[in-house]
Amino acid sequence: MIAELGLALLWIAAALACLSLVAGALFLRGGPKDLATLVRPASVAQGVLTTAAFALLIALFVRSDMSVELVARNSNSLKPMLFKVAGAWGNHEGSMLLWLTILGISGALVAIFERRLREDTLVATLAAQAALSLGFFAFLLFSSNPFKRLPVAPPDGQGLNPLLQDPGLAFHPPTLYVGYVGLSVAFSFAVGALITREIGPAFARAMRPWVLGSWIFLTLGITAGSYWAYYELGWGGWWFWDPVENVSLVPWLAGAALLHSVAVTATRNALRAWTVMLAVIGFSMSMVGTFIVRSGLLTSVHSFAVDPERGTFLLVLMAIYIGGALSLFALRAGSVAEGKKFALLSREGSLVINNLLLTTILALVLLGTLYPIVAEAMGEKISVGPPYYNRVAGPLALILCLVMVAGPLLAWRKDDGKKLWSRLPLAIFAGAAVLFGLILFGGKVGLLPLLGMTVAGVVAVASLAPLWGRNLRRTPLPTWGMVIAHFGVAICLAGMGAESAFIKERLVAAAPGEVVKVADFAVKFVGVKPVAGPNYTAIEGTLIAATPSGQSFTLRPEARTFPGLMGTAPTETNEAALLTRPGGQLYVVLGQPVPSEDGSADRYQLRLWWKPLVWWIWLGGALIAVGAALSMLGRAQLLAIWRARRARKAEERFAP
Amino acid sequence: MRERFTRCGAPAQAGAHLLLKRSGAAVRLITYGPEMGPCLRRGTWVFGLAVLLSGLCLPATAQDRLPPAPYAYQQLKDPAEEAKAKALMEELRCLVCQGQSIADSDAPLAGDMRHEVRSKIAAGESPAAIKTWLVARYGNWVSYDPPFDGATALLWFGPLLFLAVGGWLAFGRFRRGESEEGSEG
Repeated sequence: MIAELGLALLWIAAALACLSLVAGALFLRGGPKDLATLVRPASVAQGVLTTAAFALLIALFVRSDMSVELVARNSNSLKPMLFKVAGAWGNHEGSMLLWLTILGISGALVAIFERRLREDTLVATLAAQAALSLGFFAFLLFSSNPFKRLPVAPPDGQGLNPLLQDPGLAFHPPTLYVGYVGLSVAFSFAVGALITREIGPAFARAMRPWVLGSWIFLTLGITAGSYWAYYELGWGGWWFWDPVENVSLVPWLAGAALLHSVAVTATRNALRAWTVMLAVIGFSMSMVGTFIVRSGLLTSVHSFAVDPERGTFLLVLMAIYIGGALSLFALRAGSVAEGKKFALLSREGSLVINNLLLTTILALVLLGTLYPIVAEAMGEKISVGPPYYNRVAGPLALILCLVMVAGPLLAWRKDDGKKLWSRLPLAIFAGAAVLFGLILFGGKVGLLPLLGMTVAGVVAVASLAPLWGRNLRRTPLPTWGMVIAHFGVAICLAGMGAESAFIKERLVAAAPGEVVKVADFAVKFVGVKPVAGPNYTAIEGTLIAATPSGQSFTLRPEARTFPGLMGTAPTETNEAALLTRPGGQLYVVLGQPVPSEDGSADRYQLRLWWKPLVWWIWLGGALIAVGAALSMLGRAQLLAIWRARRARKAEERFAP
Repeated sequence: MRERFTRCGAPAQAGAHLLLKRSGAAVRLITYGPEMGPCLRRGTWVFGLAVLLSGLCLPATAQDRLPPAPYAYQQLKDPAEEAKAKALMEELRCLVCQGQSIADSDAPLAGDMRHEVRSKIAAGESPAAIKTWLVARYGNWVSYDPPFDGATALLWFGPLLFLAVGGWLAFGRFRRGESEEGSEG
């Protein structure tokens, strides 16, 4: 019954989305005012029902109801509970339902909380959000029903891919999805404002918390995903410019550009058309990413045939939404004035350069991701990977960081650059110190890591400059947010540079008792023993790492074997062991056994890396997210509301 | 000794063309769910499902249980040579995996290619010559560093073009902005 109820809820929610869309459209075409009052409650109800359907799907996974096809294919009764729950979204149908749930919840939140916009703009926004939901409802209900029953229930399910059986799965996809779908609200606001021609500071202020919020989630999602790949894949790479990574980066870049441009529109009423355009691009990039991954287009043009129906469906949806929004933009472009003018040397000017560089990087990442697909269709098979991106995006990103140094020190509208020049020397000195230090003592360092660490030095000092000479207690939260986020960029950049420049690698086949040297560590391979996990068996190695100062730490990497369930083949994974030190991380992987010729004790392949400052990369990512969160908190004016309420209460207390 | 049941990809001699013929494997992955070996596509974490939808990994054949070639998991003695080999390996694609270089893949083919690269470097060949040899054998697909030619001109010049057009539009606006402001004031 649970599955049938879930399906019924989805249909009702789809009907409500239809209602919001039709009522909103009729109202905007001059229909009766009563229609507008329908839209808010319908949006809220749609969000609630979709959430309930998603909760029912989780319930099916928790109960291991194998009569449901999705559960039988992706779960198993012996799996730990966390992975049963996470299994609900670790597959195509479930993740699309999660996508819809977040879309519904965002629509409901806009309907409940947004009070600053004009009523007709809000109705248009909610109708646009309903139109988005409706397409994805059609996709889910017609081509990927998560609640489909099997004619005969199998005794048990096939389990979840062991590589996905990690707490990372429980948190990573939902985080990223919130980010992706949060951008849909910005998209709907843009469409709504284009329809009613209300493009100005009020619209920008309404949109800003959504842009910041989804960008926080995208930042966290990408950071956590990078760390997950780093420790789970067993080779210690944190970013490979893989197409799937790229399609998550592209909406993040669009979000970064949008949140800077929306700041200009909210504060100065400038860059209006550009903000609307970026809002459309942001969610479009989320959809392109989903399409590329979902359709299997990534693998190669040949695997597009994997699921032509779903791929075509998504392609048509995307064409309708992106095409529709862009045509609306083209129709209204004449009536959207650019807004207030400004000089090149001004905060707006630096933000325009920031936006130009961010969108160029966005364009080149998209180009590099799609180019092999198009080239293959033309009969040319090429690969585009790290060498291309590092060479093309690397320098642009470094220039972007330098612009980031200047921007916050410039005044709005027009600046003579005095403040900028007065505050730059210390930052330039820091950069120069890093550069000379690296050249003199760093040995052979590649050009890009060298420049990266130098720029990181400049940015680290300059990012704090907006706080100089200010009363720190009175500095507004958004300023703190900006400072922390920009400082996070410096930390992240320094981590990337140091890891690439100074990584130490050792690959050895070691017998128990052998000592391996890597960087400053003497690592003793003690031996291996078999261990049994909840749903796997493993060989666990024991290694003792000794530092020069005499401390020693035990590391236990594992090589796990997950048995094949219900006719599937067994799978092996490597669980790396990590030792985090102030200066970096020691990364140890236990590989295959190597039989020795004379038949004595087996040796084991060990992979050891010393990765200097590697954890700064994710610390930087976290700082960027914290900065954005502070900025959002400051903008939400919760503090102001709270202070006003306290003041009012205090007044009331003293009232006669 | 632990047996390896599932391995990603096929023995070395199978070569790159297997990729094109194997789209059927992905269909089977949908039906059977998880059966991927140590060869995980790098970006799997972004969408959990990507693993299930698009894989080219096949169950093992008997040949896969051969021990890996010596230099697959062994570094060269000379650190300078090893650094050269490492830099080259990071630019070469593991032909049976997805989005992984041969420097960080557990697939047997990647191991064989690492062995090939390291032995050639140890024999004194230059990285450029090794790359030319591999490209002649497997095509441009094997290199993550696309060559500059007619087919990739847009790839290399595209970003520059975008920046130039964007910059021209933006700076056009500034100039106008200043002159208008001047006329106002």
